[in-house]
Amino acid sequence: MTDILVLVDHDKGRPKKVTKQILTAARRTGDGALHAAVFGDGAADGAAQLGAYGATKVFAWDSPDADGYATETQVVALEAALRRSGATILLYPADPLIGDVVARCAVRVGAGVVTDATDLTLDGDRMVATKAIFGGDMTSRCQVRGDRPQFIGVKANAFAAEESGGGPAEVVALEVALDDKARRTRVVEVVEQAAGGRPEMTEAAIVVAGGRGLGETEGFRLVERLADALGAAVGASRAATDAGWYPHQHQIGQTGKTVSPQLYIGAGISGAIQHRAGMQTSRLVAAINKDPDAPIFSIADLAVVGDLYQVIPPLTEEIAKRRQ
Amino acid sequence: MRIICPVKRVPDTAADKKVHPDDLTVDRDSSDPVLNANDEWSIEEAMRIKERVGAEVVVLCMGPAQAQTTVRKALSYGLDGAIQITDDALHGCDALATARVLAAALRHEDFDLVIMGNQSSDARTMLVPAMLAEFLDLPALTFCKKLEIDGRCLTAHRETPTGHMIVEADMPAVVSVVEAINEPRYPSFKGIMAAKKKPLQVRDLATTGVDPGEVGLSGSHTQVLEVTPRPPRQAGKRVTDDGSGFVGARALVDFLVEHKLL
Ligand SMILES: Cc1cc2nc3c(=O)[nH]c(=O)nc-3n(C[C@H](O)[C@H](O)[C@H](O)COP(=O)(O)OP(=O)(O)OC[C@H]3O[C@@H](n4cnc5c(N)ncnc54)[C@H](O)[C@@H]3O)c2cc1C
Ligand SMILES: Nc1ncnc2c1ncn2[C@@H]1O[C@H](COP(=O)(O)O)[C@@H](O)[C@H]1O
Repeated sequence: MTDILVLVDHDKGRPKKVTKQILTAARRTGDGALHAAVFGDGAADGAAQLGAYGATKVFAWDSPDADGYATETQVVALEAALRRSGATILLYPADPLIGDVVARCAVRVGAGVVTDATDLTLDGDRMVATKAIFGGDMTSRCQVRGDRPQFIGVKANAFAAEESGGGPAEVVALEVALDDKARRTRVVEVVEQAAGGRPEMTEAAIVVAGGRGLGETEGFRLVERLADALGAAVGASRAATDAGWYPHQHQIGQTGKTVSPQLYIGAGISGAIQHRAGMQTSRLVAAINKDPDAPIFSIADLAVVGDLYQVIPPLTEEIAKRRQ
Repeated sequence: MRIICPVKRVPDTAADKKVHPDDLTVDRDSSDPVLNANDEWSIEEAMRIKERVGAEVVVLCMGPAQAQTTVRKALSYGLDGAIQITDDALHGCDALATARVLAAALRHEDFDLVIMGNQSSDARTMLVPAMLAEFLDLPALTFCKKLEIDGRCLTAHRETPTGHMIVEADMPAVVSVVEAINEPRYPSFKGIMAAKKKPLQVRDLATTGVDPGEVGLSGSHTQVLEVTPRPPRQAGKRVTDDGSGFVGARALVDFLVEHKLL
């Protein structure tokens, strides 16, 4: 039997969508116990609810120290949770900051780490992960070698979340003994940009991305209104983030983020190879571009040749009307 | 101050990638290898520190013998010297094995700061910086879009999905940077000429003291079972708007409805 521990990503105690997706995948793939670990100020609040997605036990470390220091306090907590749970497989949300915690913990416990899985199968006691490589040009299947702990990052939206019908999970308060070293990277301040209630780009079911074709910062208001009508996240090309029209954390592509939503809509984006490396694993692609030869059209399920300034306003209006 | 810049040699994103059928590793020679783009930002940041407060900046690269061109390219930005770790036993290292070797090489070095890219364009694991910091038992300030140095104290703005967090740690430390941190310069002609004469030490695995059983294909903790090309995406439906916007909007609405997204 292989027991699985799922590392929870949450927003002040509220489990994020990706957490529910990973628990669902773990429950379906695993053949042993399913536990979860949650760290942070307020972490214990939503812990019992994770039972609804199949976790039987949740190791919760509810402490300001989890957020007050970067990474290393959580590494100590993760090590403790793995020890208490006895699980040899760790599934975690493929998020850069969580990846830091997992990376350090892997070095400590001698684990192997596979990142960005989009599918999982169990082969004996090995978890085999499917992942896109080279910006989605190829697919590979990977696993951890030998008898080591297996740490596997799972991408948001790779699985659909479904409740298990289970009751609340048993919440176990985790004792975490911190030394000074764990506290050597202090968080001084957390600065949140107003997201306008939009979902995070890597979690969203739909991403609307804007590029140089928007012409100016103001163009992103158009993109934001369309995104809001759809409940979508906003992304950007490098040309747009370089110009300072939109913050870099929204950049999609080789040197930005990889998104694979149900639907990617590109507006005023040509579709350079470096941009495609961050979006071509999206399930569906639609693009609005006034150039009939824009490279993005060669990978678009729907190509709209037209001026985005003409197309987006009536589109937004029609969507808003139907969503009422 | 001494700063180390780890850099990676990667296939050009635009090139056709090939995989060796026998061991499933990247065929790094079939595809015009280049300096990893994100490592240009770390080099630029190191150069700015050098220009501001004075520092010796040294490139560190683990790669095959041919990686020397990548190392020289890195030097052409004005860096002072380079260490290249080259050994047949290193073929097929995963992120953890790479970090293990880089850390072991750095144990023989004096340094205050390691500045590196947040991701390599081929592997894209984003794991090496944190793993390197762990092997060296150092604090890590990762995904920085701004870095300030005051004496021994580093203050960094770390990019988060919704903004940033300001973090502090003391040197020595490992820093990884994102693209937003700066605008890298182009190497000058003088820099390119000077790079040819900068000291470059090529070291083998034995100099690092790492056990060959812990690196390479068989020593890596992860294993690739299969690599398959993804069927290329096909162009789908095309609709040309008549200039009013309504034709295009209509097509998009129909598309959303067809796929149950509206
Ligand atoms: C090492 C490296 C890394 C890179 N990393 C990234 C990355 O991570 N992400 C990324 O995006 N790029 C990246 N790039 C840059 C990439 O090569 C392209 O330059 C960039 O993606 C172009 O952005 P764009 O499509 O917005 O702009 P452009 O290529 O200029 O395209 C603008 C498009 O808008 C269309 N347009 C203009 N006006 C309108 C209108 N009114 N209505 C409709 N359409 C209109 C035009 O026809 C054109 O197709 C990288 C490049 C390098 C060298
Ligand atoms: N073989 C290598 N030699 C030197 N530095 C490396 C190597 N591989 C990765 N790195 C560094 O680690 C960073 C992150 O890479 P990765 O974890 O592969 O996404 C890169 O930007 C480099 O600075």
